[in-house]
Amino acid sequence: MLEAVLKPGGDAATALYIVAFSLFIIGVKRGTHPTTAKQGNLIAAGGMAIAVITTLLLDGIGNWGLIVLGLGIGSAIGVIASVRVQMTEMPQMVALYNGVGGGAVALIAWSEIRHGISLGEEIPLDELIPVLFAGVIGSVSFWGSNIAFAKLQDLIPTRPLAVPGQQVINAVLLIGIVAACVDIALNNGDPSQGLFIAILVAAALLGNLVVLPIGGADMPVVISLLNAFTGLSAAAAGFALDNVALIVAGTLVGSSGTILTMEMATAMNRSVGNILFAGFGGAPAGGGGGSNEDRPHTAIGAQDAAIKLAYADSVTIVPGYGLAVAQAQHAIKEVADELEKRGVTVNYAIHPVAGRMPGHMNVLLAEADVPYEQLKEMEEINPEMPRTDVAVVVGANDVTNPAAKNDPDSPIAGMPIIEVNEAQQVIVIKRSLSPGFAGIDNDLFYEPNTSMLFADAKQAAADIASEIGNL
Amino acid sequence: MSLFTEITIFVLAVFVGFEVISKVPTTLHTPLMSQTNAIHGIVMLGGLIVVGFANDGLEYVIGTIAIAFGTINVVGGFMVTDRMLGMFSRKPKPKAGADGKGGS
Repeated sequence: MLEAVLKPGGDAATALYIVAFSLFIIGVKRGTHPTTAKQGNLIAAGGMAIAVITTLLLDGIGNWGLIVLGLGIGSAIGVIASVRVQMTEMPQMVALYNGVGGGAVALIAWSEIRHGISLGEEIPLDELIPVLFAGVIGSVSFWGSNIAFAKLQDLIPTRPLAVPGQQVINAVLLIGIVAACVDIALNNGDPSQGLFIAILVAAALLGNLVVLPIGGADMPVVISLLNAFTGLSAAAAGFALDNVALIVAGTLVGSSGTILTMEMATAMNRSVGNILFAGFGGAPAGGGGGSNEDRPHTAIGAQDAAIKLAYADSVTIVPGYGLAVAQAQHAIKEVADELEKRGVTVNYAIHPVAGRMPGHMNVLLAEADVPYEQLKEMEEINPEMPRTDVAVVVGANDVTNPAAKNDPDSPIAGMPIIEVNEAQQVIVIKRSLSPGFAGIDNDLFYEPNTSMLFADAKQAAADIASEIGNL
Repeated sequence: MSLFTEITIFVLAVFVGFEVISKVPTTLHTPLMSQTNAIHGIVMLGGLIVVGFANDGLEYVIGTIAIAFGTINVVGGFMVTDRMLGMFSRKPKPKAGADGKGGS
């Protein structure tokens, strides 16, 4: 059966790889349009199947027991994890998948170095340099993604964690890594494996230290950036292994991921460099937040909220991560249904980075069958705000903070916000007055036309829906 | 493949990546990130090759873990993306009982 094995680098194998990477490009292209995105994902998956089968048929591929073991374990974990994950946990899931991808690259690089050493021959530089690059970036990506996962999963504090002398330590690590890489490259006849492992460890530390100080609000951009990094490291592995499918697919992810990262950062009015090196970590976290419980605010109950909403002409719902955490999307949809029965116009204002990832809210609301036409982007809804009777903020915080517009000293100054403070009345459904992900107090809560409804978002929405029904 | 052939491919692929992504609606940022994330799982091919040519115990272990990691990346990545996009493809149901407000 395996009589007709493909020669590595031979015509047949290369032709199949070309088909595979063409499907990746078509898949990503289709992924940028709402109507073709699902099809695009399947096309890319088809390309992957072709690439994997081609590789399995290559001459010299062996140790089938181990291959089946690796494929089996990986598939089982991948299937179970992606079927069981909640829509709300999608961002950390992507971070985790990205991490294992980076980990695989680092392991392959290590294996290539060992293999080269055991052969006792000089490793050509055009193979050694990509291997070093793949090892370093793969390791940074693996550990950085794990930290991003841990932050989003609340395993470690989401607020910026700064280590004293952070920038100096990072610089020293980076210089050390580069120096060690140069040393290995100069001794390519007999490179030191111990030094290579030290490089992997230093890169791991660097990955931890770069992501730890970044506040949770910036995490989507960081995950996207690490995604692009992993792509580049996969391309480097492709250079080392002379594999054209790896080179094209990895590079495609690297460059498209970079553009995507920049689009996300632009949506937050921040630069990628600013996020990585200054971050919200540069500002005193929760500055002035200590006494926020004392500031005057208006608290109301579900019944009052129901009355305000039922007698409005237009209501705009502003969802945030709190909605995701409370799984309140269905309950909110019920409120909207009750209001529409009474002839109230209901819209949803979607901030580009509401939640933990761009598009996070769209996914959740689509799950609750909210019609696509009711989801309004920020630019579209802000001019409508002064004509909105009631804006309901559900579990959103930083993306509605007027300080971003009014206070040039605020850590989030300049970030575009949903201007709910322009609406006639604002109802904020939130568990407490505590600051949001960025760790800063929200002046919106203390405005005279703002009412606070302190409750779990799901419970509050269910109560409001039934109160409106009783009116 | 010569080094310069590979560099040519690399540079062209960089430009393809830049061109393919332009003005993506915010809604699709997450699924698209997730899809490209799955594509870099192609490093599992590297794991397959490494295991094929491994010649000591530790290399077998490293290679097998690399295959497993890469497979998680690929399988999980594509499936999760499909789940996310599945939520958009559901057609908005015509609003039964909503009276008269449907216009424009």
